[in-house]
Amino acid sequence: MSAIRQAQRLISFSFSPRSSGIRIYQCLSKRNFHRINSVTCSENVTSKFDDRPEFPGSKSEFVSKLEFIEPDNIKGIPVYRALGRNGNIIEDSEDPKLDSSTVLKMYKDMTLLNTMDRILYESQRQGRISFYMTNYGEEGTHIGSAAALDPRDLVFGQYREAGVLMWRGFTLDQFMDQCYGNVNDIGKGRQMPVHYGTKKLNFVTISSPLATQMPQAAGAAYALKRAKNGLCVICYFGEGAASEGDAHAAFNFAAVLDCPVIFFCRNNGYAISTPVKDQYRGDGIASRGVGYGMMTVRVDGNDVFAVYNAVKSAREIAVAQNRPVLIEAMTYRIGHHSTSDDSSAYRSVDEVSYWDKQDNPISRLRNYMINNGFWDEKMEKEWKLESRKMVMRSFADAETRKRPSPDEMFEDVYDVLPKHLENQLQEMKNHVKQYKENYPLEHHEKLT
Amino acid sequence: MASCILKRLSSSKKQLCLLLRLEPTAKNPAATRHLSFTYQPETASAAHGETTRMNFFQSITSALDTVLETDPTSVLFGEDVAFGGVFRCTVGLKDKYGKDRVFNTPLSEQGIVSFGIGIAAAGATAVAEIQFADYIFPAFDQIHNEAAYFRYRSGNQFDCGALTIRTPSGAVGHGALYHSQSPEAYFAHIPGLKVVIPRGPIQAKGLLLSCIRDKNPCIFFEPKILYRSAVEDVPSGDYMIPLSEAEVLVEGSDMTLVGWGTQVHVLRDVALMAQEKLNISCELIDLKTILPWDVDTIAKSVVKTGRLLIAHEAPITGGFAAEIASTIQSECFLNLEAPILRVCGYDIPFPHVFEPFYLPDKWRCFEAVKKLSSY
Repeated sequence: MSAIRQAQRLISFSFSPRSSGIRIYQCLSKRNFHRINSVTCSENVTSKFDDRPEFPGSKSEFVSKLEFIEPDNIKGIPVYRALGRNGNIIEDSEDPKLDSSTVLKMYKDMTLLNTMDRILYESQRQGRISFYMTNYGEEGTHIGSAAALDPRDLVFGQYREAGVLMWRGFTLDQFMDQCYGNVNDIGKGRQMPVHYGTKKLNFVTISSPLATQMPQAAGAAYALKRAKNGLCVICYFGEGAASEGDAHAAFNFAAVLDCPVIFFCRNNGYAISTPVKDQYRGDGIASRGVGYGMMTVRVDGNDVFAVYNAVKSAREIAVAQNRPVLIEAMTYRIGHHSTSDDSSAYRSVDEVSYWDKQDNPISRLRNYMINNGFWDEKMEKEWKLESRKMVMRSFADAETRKRPSPDEMFEDVYDVLPKHLENQLQEMKNHVKQYKENYPLEHHEKLT
Repeated sequence: MASCILKRLSSSKKQLCLLLRLEPTAKNPAATRHLSFTYQPETASAAHGETTRMNFFQSITSALDTVLETDPTSVLFGEDVAFGGVFRCTVGLKDKYGKDRVFNTPLSEQGIVSFGIGIAAAGATAVAEIQFADYIFPAFDQIHNEAAYFRYRSGNQFDCGALTIRTPSGAVGHGALYHSQSPEAYFAHIPGLKVVIPRGPIQAKGLLLSCIRDKNPCIFFEPKILYRSAVEDVPSGDYMIPLSEAEVLVEGSDMTLVGWGTQVHVLRDVALMAQEKLNISCELIDLKTILPWDVDTIAKSVVKTGRLLIAHEAPITGGFAAEIASTIQSECFLNLEAPILRVCGYDIPFPHVFEPFYLPDKWRCFEAVKKLSSY
């Protein structure tokens, strides 16, 4: 034993076996597991130091009875809610007390996003854009979280977080230009629709491979921590993406390397057609957080105030303590996965209708606003008309703009055009000029 | 990762004695290194200033030291880099620059590369280490779909150009399937990436500094067999060697030999043998950068010599020699007097006890020179 103690001193191993933090953790875990024959916490942890495990890989105590931890006996992590379905604050202490203009912006952004979704979804059905993904049912997770962040906080998303951009001031024109891949698209028409990104609004460009952004977000948070600028990173992902290896890497790296990042999981019940029962066997995504040593909470994703409160607190923890926080927002994907998917092939219309009609983030916030007297039927009607007009105008404008010149295809592969790409660009130009009748040149800006 | 364990054990005196006692076993031919090349120390350019005697791994440390010194945002990370690295490339750097700049990561290659992408995307410099090139594949998605495409897909709003991935590669005598690989050809097929392989300590430091400061994500393969065996006088200060420039090491008139990394030294021996035994004058070229590669230097040489031999340790099918061969035959068709020959690893996994028969050693290359010259 003395040798071990000496080794501990040498490697400055400072774990105190009687630390109160550990005791609290043990008490909590015992309560969670509902052990019937468990001894009371207070007496048993004061066992002799010599009888404690010295393994470097864990901090705990010995037990002399074989007992597996049965996950099914652990009560599910509760869902935090601030706003009831009728739009009433449930606990006064949990009222974020946002001023009416903020709440109004929340509502308008959620509904504007909804209107944009309807029009772009239809436009894809008519073959006017190639692809689209709606945000139906998840508007509350976007707006509630975005509102709680510093606008300079860096956002890494999956693809169903357009509301975050809307909150930050991405314009309808910018959304439409990206979906059309026209000459005004800041992404230069290279990616599929809904792969938005803007340096100006600190929203890192979306890419299709799932979960790749998660460990990247941890890395970015590490850089922000070193820059000591008081900012953090938020990283959104779906519960399906959380099954990727990159999610595991992200959680572990962020926790071990003390990264100020908020992992925000949108658990909407489905990954395309795959229901959560085929996705995981544990208590959702939140239950994994503690396993990685992360502060974790589960919230009602259809409650914009609950999301707001959780992200606001998570942000404080991340920035002040330089540690990651995991938020799992429970919600429901009301729309199809994408325009390439018909979700009636794997779930019932009734199920969808329940969430659309009975538990929708937009109607819940509307109830709150009506209860508090800063919204009414008339305003609702007027805003519906106005927002529709705005979206239609942007849509029509975006459709008339040409696509970028084919020259642009070769730019930005590297910071400067290397010689082999210069040659290939020239080759492409010569070819297209010679065979111009076979290429859709009329839709593009002129070749140089 | 058996070889890392061996290295750690051998650092302790007690273990060393144990190994010495076991010496008779070490005479097993499979346990000794079959080196088929001689390392010739090079002379640094006078323009790069004062020099210090360094082996390959020390020159890497020197480059990393320079980066940490000159760029306060820069960080080094990977598996076991904090105590100095399993190949000693990061020795002393944590103590000098702090544990927030030189740190261990959890054991996850996809995590290491993507963590680096994130750091670079947020505006800092990231130098990631993958312990062996053989273990870079879990990060393939992050390198290919993410790092390489970051700038392009965002319309140049975001990039991760400040990311460099260093990784030991190539044969080492006894590394078998997973401590010997040369995976450069996989990465040569990824637009947006730069792939660089140095041949010695002077090159390693200058090219690594260029990779780290380049505005594009780079993979830097370090031929691990050279870590200790290659020693020369390396400039102590800050200098860079340009990327995408091949180098003519030996001028010749009858034939062009192209290789990179350790294979350059094999080909140098071959050039000597060809001169002595066959009176053939070989022009030796180190490609150095695999992507984007220097077509002009190779083409210019082949226009002059009319014959080309390319050699690499990686398997022949889909190896980078195929790319060079097809490009050169279309650029230099009228100058070629013989088919372009490739001497490469066979299309098999890299074997343990058969390594001496697997490698494109100087005898295999010499035989190809004979064939080329008598075609």
